[in-house]
Amino acid sequence: MHRIPRSCLGGLVPQVMTADDLDRAIRRISHEIVERHHGTEGIVLVGIHSRGVPLAEQIAGAIESFEAVKVPVGELDIGLYRDDLASRPTTRLGRTLIPVDLSGETVVLVDDVLYTGRTIRSALDAVLDLGRPKRVELAVMCDRGHRELPIRPDYVGKNLPTSEDQKVKVRIKGIDEEAGVWISDGDGSDA
Amino acid sequence: MRDLLSVDDLDRAAIEDLLDLGDDFVEVLGRDVPKVPALRGKTIGLMFYEPSTRTRLSFDRAAKALSADVLTFTVGGSSVSKGESLKDTALTLKAMGPHLMVVRHRATGAPWRVRDWTALPVVNAGDGAHQHPTQALLDLLTLRRHFGKVDGLRVAIVGDIRHSRVARSLAGSLQTMGSSVTLVAPSTLLPIHVESWEVDTAGGIDQVLGEVDVVYLLRIQTERGGGEVFPSVAEYVSRFGLTRRRADLLPADSVVMHPGPMNRGVEIDPQVADGPRALVTHQVSNGIAVRMAVLFRLLTSEVPE
Repeated sequence: MHRIPRSCLGGLVPQVMTADDLDRAIRRISHEIVERHHGTEGIVLVGIHSRGVPLAEQIAGAIESFEAVKVPVGELDIGLYRDDLASRPTTRLGRTLIPVDLSGETVVLVDDVLYTGRTIRSALDAVLDLGRPKRVELAVMCDRGHRELPIRPDYVGKNLPTSEDQKVKVRIKGIDEEAGVWISDGDGSDA
Repeated sequence: MRDLLSVDDLDRAAIEDLLDLGDDFVEVLGRDVPKVPALRGKTIGLMFYEPSTRTRLSFDRAAKALSADVLTFTVGGSSVSKGESLKDTALTLKAMGPHLMVVRHRATGAPWRVRDWTALPVVNAGDGAHQHPTQALLDLLTLRRHFGKVDGLRVAIVGDIRHSRVARSLAGSLQTMGSSVTLVAPSTLLPIHVESWEVDTAGGIDQVLGEVDVVYLLRIQTERGGGEVFPSVAEYVSRFGLTRRRADLLPADSVVMHPGPMNRGVEIDPQVADGPRALVTHQVSNGIAVRMAVLFRLLTSEVPE
C-alpha cells in the first residue's frame, strides 16, 4: 500500500511514517508487551545498536507512563556476531551493556527494521552468550519482508512491503534531527 | 592495514582506532562468556623463535577469545633443532593453512622476511632489539584507561634501552600520541644514535622522579649483552633502581609500569612492584584485549590502501 512504483518517484523520497506515527506505534507496542505478559515482571528490553537502543528506551518510557514501573533496558552490539565480518570491514563497535542478569527473564529484542533476519540471528547468539533468558521476543518498528532465515517478529510497528532494491530509513527522536520512516530507491541496504 | 610490523606503520588515527577497539574487547573479556564468534573459521599461526610466556599466551588467548584456531610453533622440540631454516619452517607452517602469522625472532627484520615468503598478514611479536608493536599498544591502552588520555603524559623509560624493542616501540608510539619521553639509563645502555630519537635523556633516575606521570621500567637484557656494561648490580640499583624510598618521591597520581619479566630487587623493589601505583597486571590483561583488536582488524578489514 505504501509501495510506489519507482518510475513515479522521480528522486522523491516518500515518507511512510511521521514522528507522530512513530510515537503511536511505540505506545501500541508497549501496551502489547505488557498485555501479553500480564504486567512487566521479568521483562528486559534489549535494543540493538544503533537505532534499536533509543527505541527500546522510548518503549520503556511509555511502559513507565502507564504502569509506573521502570523496565530495565540493555543495549547490544552485534558487530562481533555478524556472519559477513570477513567481507565487510567493521568500524567502531557499539557498547554492549546489560544492566541485569538475563537468566530466567523475558528478553524483548528491539530493532528499527527487520529485513533478512541476519541481524536478529546474530543478536540471538549474542544474547544467549550473555545469559540464559526464559524467553526471547522481538519488537521491530518496520517489517519490510525478504527474510532469509526462519525469524518472525512478536511486535511490529508497521508492515512495510518493499522491493529488495529499496531502502528503508528509520529516524528516531533523540539521535536524529527529524523522526519518521522513509522509503527510497537504493542498493537495498537499510541506513 | 594488512600487517603490524612496526609502530612506524601506525599514525595517530590508526593507534586511536586500535585502542578504541581494545576498550571494546576489555568489555568482552569481562563478560560471563568472554568469547565472541568474530573470527570463527580463521586460523592464526604463532611462530615463536625466542622464549616467551606472556606474549605467546596472550596471543593464544586473544585468538581463542575471538573463536579463531591457533597453530603454535615454538623452537623447543621443533625441527629447528634438526637444522630447518626460518624460511622452510615458515613455508611449512603456511602449508597448514593459517590466515595470519604472529612472529617472534631474535633477528631484526625476521617478521618482514616471513611476510615476503608467505604472503600472509604478519604481526611482529618482537624481533631482536628492534620492534614489539603490540607491547606498545597494550601500554598505550593501559595508560589511556588509567589517565583517560595519552596526550601530554610525561613518561620516563628507565633501564636497558639499547637492547629493548619495547623501548623502541613505546617511545615512538608515545611521541606519535603526543606524550613527552625521557630515556633514563647509563650511557652504555642508551641506544646508539640516541639523538635521532628526539627525546630527553637523563643519567640517573633521581633526576626525573619529581616530574613524571609514568615510570616505565625495563629489565637488563643479559641475553643480549646488557649485563656487561656496568660495574655491578648494586651500582645499577643505586642510580637506576626504583626503590621504595624513590617511589615515595613520585608525584601522587603517577604510575609504575613494567613489560615483564621483572627482576625484583634490581630495576624495581618487590613492594613497589606489588604496590598501588603498579599497573603491571593491568598491562597483562589489556594485552589480550589489544591483541584481539589487532587480530580482528587485520582479519576482517578489506585492504584500505
